[in-house]
Amino acid sequence: MYKNFLRYIISVLFFLGVSGQANADFKVGFVYVGPTGDHGWTYQHDEGRKAVEAAGIKTTYVESVPEGADAERVIRQLAQSGHDLIFTTSFGYMDPTNKVAKDFPNVKFEHATGYKREHSNVSTYSARFYEGRTLLGHMAGKMTKTNVIGYIASFPIPEVIRGINAMTLAAQKVNPDIKTKIVWVFTWYDPGKESEAAQALIDQGADVIMQHTDSTAPVQVAEKAGVWSFGQASDMQRFAPKSILTSIIDDWAPYYVERSIAARDGTWKQQDTWHGLKEGMVAMAPYNSAMGSDLVKEVEQLQKDLASGKTHSFTGPIYDQKGNILVAEGSVADDGMLAGMNVYVKGVEGDIPQ
Amino acid sequence: MSFDLNFIGILIGAIMASSVPLILAASGELITERSGVLNLGVEGMMIIGAISGFALMVITDNLFLAVIGSMISGLIISIIFGVLTQSLLTNHVATGLALTIFGIGMSAMIGKNFVGIPGKEFPLLFVNLKENIPFLGPILFGHSVILYFAFLLPFLTNYFLRKTKIGLIIRAVGDSPTSASNQGINVTLVRYSCILYGGAMCGLAGAYLSLIYTPQWIENMTGGRGWIALALVVFATWSPIKVLIGALIFGGITILQLHMQAVGLRIPVQLLSALPYIMTIIVLVVISRDSRKIKLNTPTSLGQIFYKEK
Repeated sequence: MYKNFLRYIISVLFFLGVSGQANADFKVGFVYVGPTGDHGWTYQHDEGRKAVEAAGIKTTYVESVPEGADAERVIRQLAQSGHDLIFTTSFGYMDPTNKVAKDFPNVKFEHATGYKREHSNVSTYSARFYEGRTLLGHMAGKMTKTNVIGYIASFPIPEVIRGINAMTLAAQKVNPDIKTKIVWVFTWYDPGKESEAAQALIDQGADVIMQHTDSTAPVQVAEKAGVWSFGQASDMQRFAPKSILTSIIDDWAPYYVERSIAARDGTWKQQDTWHGLKEGMVAMAPYNSAMGSDLVKEVEQLQKDLASGKTHSFTGPIYDQKGNILVAEGSVADDGMLAGMNVYVKGVEGDIPQ
Repeated sequence: MSFDLNFIGILIGAIMASSVPLILAASGELITERSGVLNLGVEGMMIIGAISGFALMVITDNLFLAVIGSMISGLIISIIFGVLTQSLLTNHVATGLALTIFGIGMSAMIGKNFVGIPGKEFPLLFVNLKENIPFLGPILFGHSVILYFAFLLPFLTNYFLRKTKIGLIIRAVGDSPTSASNQGINVTLVRYSCILYGGAMCGLAGAYLSLIYTPQWIENMTGGRGWIALALVVFATWSPIKVLIGALIFGGITILQLHMQAVGLRIPVQLLSALPYIMTIIVLVVISRDSRKIKLNTPTSLGQIFYKEK
């Protein structure tokens, strides 16, 4: 009897504690696909999280969460443990995010790089990385001597294919003879495999290497082999000071802060955000002077034009590999087409893995 | 033609380099398993070796100390496994799994301060010969000293297990700890030694990754190689030479499939990615079909807890 009473008291206290905490504090949760120490994709998301924390909002994160069944468990766990806003930061979290969102209508969800907003509490956001890829393509086309550009690709999703196409189109514009060779590694993050892929591409004649994976391994291989490379997601310059021409930097911090404050103050609304060079969600690291001041100036001008909208990465005429027209002369690809891009443009070698 | 031949040489050199961590970790684990201990903590010990080696390199700026330190830290981590399984008689499988999880978490914690620091160049031997001799040059020369050691190790291990008294004792302990104990052999001591040796080799395998192969520290950088090493030991039916063959096939197909993609062969990429696993298993199963030999090589008491009768 006494024991039961004690148990009752404890459970009441516990319940009060939990619910009290949930009401008092506004909490934001983050789900990462890699470790925060990857110095690439996840590292940049975590920099964004720190900015939210600096704005006086409590945050927690779970790192290295595999895409798939585990992801749903982790997202659900965050929703259950009193998080009011949850950022899920990888494409493969798309379905799990929507599934959990259905069961927690009072929790807000933000999914990065996806396109599904099945419930009113799910927003999506992404960056126009392809604008950065256009700049890389321009540099790659100018810098290559072998006319072979090596591309380490992760998974065959529109975001990755869009990057390959944007880069190839820009490179072709300045150097019609270039070929893009692609190696699919089917991982976002595996330093060993990424460096093997980089080496394979270099052995196959590529003298410019770029990656759509998250570790710094490929740029280090490029540095050793004496070929050009580009950093991904964060400034990787110090890993390959001679080889890196620039890095595409993802800057999530302003968006994360803005959305977290909106959710806290009750002004959060569902939306689909796709920001690029103009808004600063995509930024470029300093350009390597080794490419010559003329080319640096050219690229800086192109960057300005892309930001102002004067130039578009996908300006017609654009053909697919078979020569069918994708974008007519004089027009540009609309966002719908970009979001669902699933064919290579002319000049890319090989097939997209199905 | 000479260019093509040289290219093949470079390719073989790259394959050899990629199989080194597998050979080192699997050779170490093989000795551990031959003494009847199943240590599933290979991945954990490797990653601890990787971070310790890298951290020591950064702190002391001395690669020799870094390599030695990585082996010692692999050894220290394996002591935990030894104490738990040999002195406290816990279950091998559960303890090994815990060791892997512990190692990954621990290394991430230590590694927080070492993220984003570029590694130091590891000296390679005979670089001149590598560039001047076509074909054979890139195969035989221009590697790190650890690679040469790794390629000697399976032969040394084979000799050690078959021809030396200590090797015989280890096999006896693995096959029948009770009989060995009755012969006056200190089973616990032998098993402890084998666990520590396995830990040191796994530490070295990790250091190869963080100091030579991808010279930097990145969380989780072993990327499952410890598990592949474990699988190699089993599929190679506890034969050191077959471990070497298996590691080379695995490394070889991993690299070849990337080249096949870069060349633009029209084979589904998913199939190519799965090929290293499939081929390694097939080849090892085929070359290890002799059931008599399997029986001879398999440590009968593998994974069983040894209770000394008092």
